[in-house]
Formats: sequence, C-alpha cells, structure tokens
Amino acid sequence: MIPFLFKGLLRDRSRSLFPFLTVFAGVVLTVFLHAWLNGVLSSLLESTAHYSTGHIRVMTKAYAKEADQNPNDLGLLGIDTLMTELRRLYPDLLWTPRIKFGGLLDIPDEKGETRAQAPVSGMAVDLLSPDSPEWRILNIENAIVQGRVPRNRGEILAGVDLAARLGIQPGDTATFISSTMYGSMSVMNFVIAGTVRFGIAAMDKATVIADLADIQQALDMQGGAGEILGFFADDLYHEDRANAVTAVFNACHRNDPGDSPRDTGAFSPVMGTPRTQSGLSDYLDYVDVFSGVIMGVFVVAMSIVLWNAGLTGSLRRYGEFGVRLAIGEEKEHVYVSLQAESLMIGFAGAVAGTATGLAAAAYTQAHGFDIGSVLKESTMMLPNIIRARISPFSYVIGFLPGLLATFLGTTISGIGIYRRQTSELFKELET
Amino acid sequence: MQNSALIKTENLEKTYSLGLTSLKAPDDVTLTVTRGEFLGLVGPSGSGKTTLLNIIGSLDAPTSGTAEVLGRRIDSLSQKEAAGLRNGHIGFIFQTFNLLPVYTVYENVEFPLLLQGVESSRRRQLVEEALEWVGLADRADSRPVQLSGGQGQRVAIARAIVKKPEIVLADEPTANLDAANSHHIMRTMVQLNEELGTTFVFATHDEKVIGYLKRKITLIDGRISKDERSDQPPLAVR
Repeated sequence: MIPFLFKGLLRDRSRSLFPFLTVFAGVVLTVFLHAWLNGVLSSLLESTAHYSTGHIRVMTKAYAKEADQNPNDLGLLGIDTLMTELRRLYPDLLWTPRIKFGGLLDIPDEKGETRAQAPVSGMAVDLLSPDSPEWRILNIENAIVQGRVPRNRGEILAGVDLAARLGIQPGDTATFISSTMYGSMSVMNFVIAGTVRFGIAAMDKATVIADLADIQQALDMQGGAGEILGFFADDLYHEDRANAVTAVFNACHRNDPGDSPRDTGAFSPVMGTPRTQSGLSDYLDYVDVFSGVIMGVFVVAMSIVLWNAGLTGSLRRYGEFGVRLAIGEEKEHVYVSLQAESLMIGFAGAVAGTATGLAAAAYTQAHGFDIGSVLKESTMMLPNIIRARISPFSYVIGFLPGLLATFLGTTISGIGIYRRQTSELFKELET
Repeated sequence: MQNSALIKTENLEKTYSLGLTSLKAPDDVTLTVTRGEFLGLVGPSGSGKTTLLNIIGSLDAPTSGTAEVLGRRIDSLSQKEAAGLRNGHIGFIFQTFNLLPVYTVYENVEFPLLLQGVESSRRRQLVEEALEWVGLADRADSRPVQLSGGQGQRVAIARAIVKKPEIVLADEPTANLDAANSHHIMRTMVQLNEELGTTFVFATHDEKVIGYLKRKITLIDGRISKDERSDQPPLAVR
C-alpha cells in the first residue's frame, strides 16, 4: 500500500513537485535571510572590533570616560608592564597596544610649499614587530591597493580615497601636524609606503595607519598608548567570555592608586567590552530586537504560505478521498497517509531548502557583496563588503517551519475528512 | 441462498433541512433486495435514489428507520466497520467514473485489493481477470486520460468487481456515455450479474439502463410508488 501511495505522490506533480518547490523556496529565503542579517550585524561588530573597540579594550578609567574623543593625554603609560600582565593572565587572547590620533596631513610640492592638505584621523599600531598580531587583525597586506606595507620607521599607509583626494602616491612625503599628549605642537614627516582600502567608506576617506613607535615619538607618548585591545584567537567575539575576563580584571584593579594623590585611581586600567562602550550596548540591543522582529515576521509569513499550501493541497483532493473511502479505505488511513505525504514533502523541501540556503549563504560568507558604491558619500563606519554569516541557528530556522507548517496545514485541512459525512465528501466527486 | 435478503430497509427516512422547511427523501422506504438481483431505483432528480444508494453503501446514515446490508445495521456501524463493509462486500460505480488519474488502468483496478491486503500474485491474477471481463486487458498500462468514456467506465466496473463483491452500487453509470457505450456497459453488467451472481443496484433515470433492469423501483418524492419485476429477459439477452 505504501509503495502504491508513494507512486501516486511522485507521479502527481501538484502533490509533490509544486508543494516541494513552495517549501523549498520558503526555506531557502528564510535560511539565507537569517544568515545575511546575521552577517550584516556581525560585520558591523567585527569592523568596530577590529578598528575601534577590540573584543576587549583596556584603557585608563579617565580615558574610558572620554574614549570617543581619543584623549591621549589620559592614555596608558608604562604599557610594557601591563602587556606582560595581560599576556600572562589571558594567554588565549591576542593583546596589542594602539593610539588613535588626529591631525593635519600636509602634502608639500617640490619646493616645500603646501600642495594639498586634509584633516586625518590616524591609527598607530605595531607594524614593525615580526610577531605583531595587527597584520592579521587589520588584514593589512590584503588591503594594500598601491605600494607596499611599511617596513621601516617613518612610513605610513593612507586610505585609498584620502590618497586620491590629496593626489599622493607611494614614495611621496607627507607632513603630519598635531599636538603631543602634553599639548605642545608636533610636526613629523612621513613617507607614504602605500595606500589601503579599509573596506569602510569613512576610513578610506580620512584615515592613515602609522607605526606605534613613530606616533609615540610624535605625540611624546614613549612607553604609552591610548589603549590596549584584546582579540579572541578565533577572531570571533564571545560575549560571555569577554564579560568574565572583564569582570575579573576590573575587580582586581578596582582599588589601584592613581598617579596623582588627588585622584581616585583615574589612571588605573579598566577593561570594557564592545557592548559597554560608546553607547554600543543600546545599538546592539536594538539591532538584536530589530533583526529578531524581521526574522519573526518573515518566518510567520512563510509559515502561513506553507500552511496555506498544505491546506489547499488537501482540499483539492477531497474528491480523491471520496473515491478512496467509497472503495473501502478507512478515514484514519486516508488522513494518516495525507499527513505522511506532507511530512515527506515538507522534509524533502526543508532539507533541500536548508542545504541550498546554506550554500548560498556560505558563498556570500566567502565572497560577500560589495556595497561600496552605495556608500560613496557615507560618513558612517560601515563595511563596504557585506557578508552572510552562518550560525548554528541557520540550520534550523528554515527547516522547522518548512516541515511543520506544511504538516500543520495538511493536518488541519484533513480534519474535514473526519468532520464531513462520508456522503458529503463523496459528493466532491460530482463537482 | 439465491433468495436470501442482502439488503433490507424498513421505514427508512432521510431528512434534509432546507432553511425553514425540510425535505424527506427517501421517505418511509421499506424494501428487500435478494442475492443476484439486477435492480434499479428510478425516478426524477430529488426523489432520493442516490441517498438511498449511499445509505445502502454505508456512505450515509438514515435519519430514522433501519437499513440492513448483509445482516448488518448501517446506522449502528462505526466508521471503521462501514469501511470494512464497503471494502469487503460492496463495489461502487460512479457517474463520472472517478478513476484515480495518476494511476494506470491496472493500478486503479488493483487498489481495492491492496486495501484488502491481497497477496501480490493473487492480486495480479484477479486484476487480469477483471480486465478480461470488461475487455480491457490490452489497456492495462494506459492512464485514465488516454481512455474513451466507455473504456473509463469499464475500468470503473472492473475496479468494482475485482474483489468479487456481493453487491455493486451504480449511480447513473451511463449518464456521461453515448448510446453505444451505454449499451456496451449495461451488457457487461448483465453478464457479470448472470455469470458471477453479483447483485446490482442502480440509481438512474436513463431509459437505456431501465431497459435492462429485472426489477424497477420507482421513487416519487422519496416514496416508493411502484415496484415492478420484469418477466422478460433484459435487453442484453434479447
């Protein structure tokens, strides 16, 4: 009997192929949309982590209060000791010091007169140590557009759009004008080693990367840094672990004395996570809720479509059920066979849909979509390449509605088989 | 055995609600059908022939009165028991054939035997035999859409008789057929009735069918107005 029913299922495309395609399409869209939203949100967080907050950020308490303004005069001093402590206590994290700075970049002509000039924001990172993690974190080598990576002191990288705006090429000289951490004027010449594409429009337009030691010298911050960033070795942000590390570290340094007898430990170190910095917490909560609502609405809408497909698919077959009942098949058997069919179709569609959705998401995760042209005028720190990101939830978010909604629609419509008088169902034959 | 009652109804009524009024059809029908009869319920539309056929076939239940088929009270059967009765003892032939379109002729005829759990080789034998009976052995692999109307109805007859039921209920079996096919179908059924002893009960108002009946029960407004037996042989034999 089962092979007989299965044969009918395969032959009748309106019972097999079309419902399969409906489930398949719904599940593909759900899985891909979920991975896509997940990827967009992760991209925002990862970009912010790589360029700004790290997975964990160590600053002075005073610096942390004004962190948006990069107050280097409140930065960490004697970072070697702190780095040693961090590496000893948390060896599973990569620790790297950074200085964020701002100033004016002046491009002289051959006579030494200003040819072009622009305000820049800068990031000083360890470029010259052979074991520096920054190469991997910032993906500098792959981001080079022209020229090469800095190999010597006094060399910097400029954002590709900034370089174009100022008309500078690798090998050109640029003068950086700023102020030291003590407030006096600072002027230092650099050589443009290359241009880079950060993948973030706002940074491509206005950012330079310099070696940490050069900027320490330029800003009179020898042995100091604005902050020390920590990154998990797998480069993924693990909020629970970050919170745990932060809580323990902050508890240990709660009562550190400050540098001045009048302060209350303002220059003692404090750790923060992306969620606790710069109002990112509210933003991430908002994004979580918003994406949850989007996915919820989509999954419900898809479930209704699939439920409806199951419903109409069964209603359309009342005539066939009438024949089967008249021949002597039991109502229960008709009903169960209907449910079994819907489970088979739902399962096949959900498996194929999940596999295809994941494949599409995996491709987009690997290659991404370049939305840089859309962000030409943007000053937001948005990544140019948006990638999907597959999470364990991606495996079930489409599968379960695909399987259950079809089954539920069929189950509900099939109740009519029980509720109707057999002769009424039988009358469907004449319609 | 030949004269034993297969179907017995007493004061059978089925009431339909029509807004503020109600309609009874059948209305107070008392009837006995014995084994081997070739019987027709005739009358105009709305006279209750199809409802009576449905009650006899355990597809419907009476509002009052009793209907007994093969010694079993229809109104007291559970759904499972009713399905068992249909499956084991009753074959249906419909006005619109109602073959399952995705299955071949062979598979359509095989279906009732699958429900009965008949073993594969026996199934094959019975299906081939039934198709031989209706003269469609060479169309076993065809799909219903590839058949003419007459062929389609003959497949429906093969499906009804393949399990060798005691009773075949046929509701307007020739309504969608031309005259030549109608006579062909009726001759086939007369032959089955005579050679297999199968009891046939028709609901019809088609004169072509009426000409073959050995017994004609006329229903008017739900009530039996005439119950006539024909001494003459049916048309097929004449």
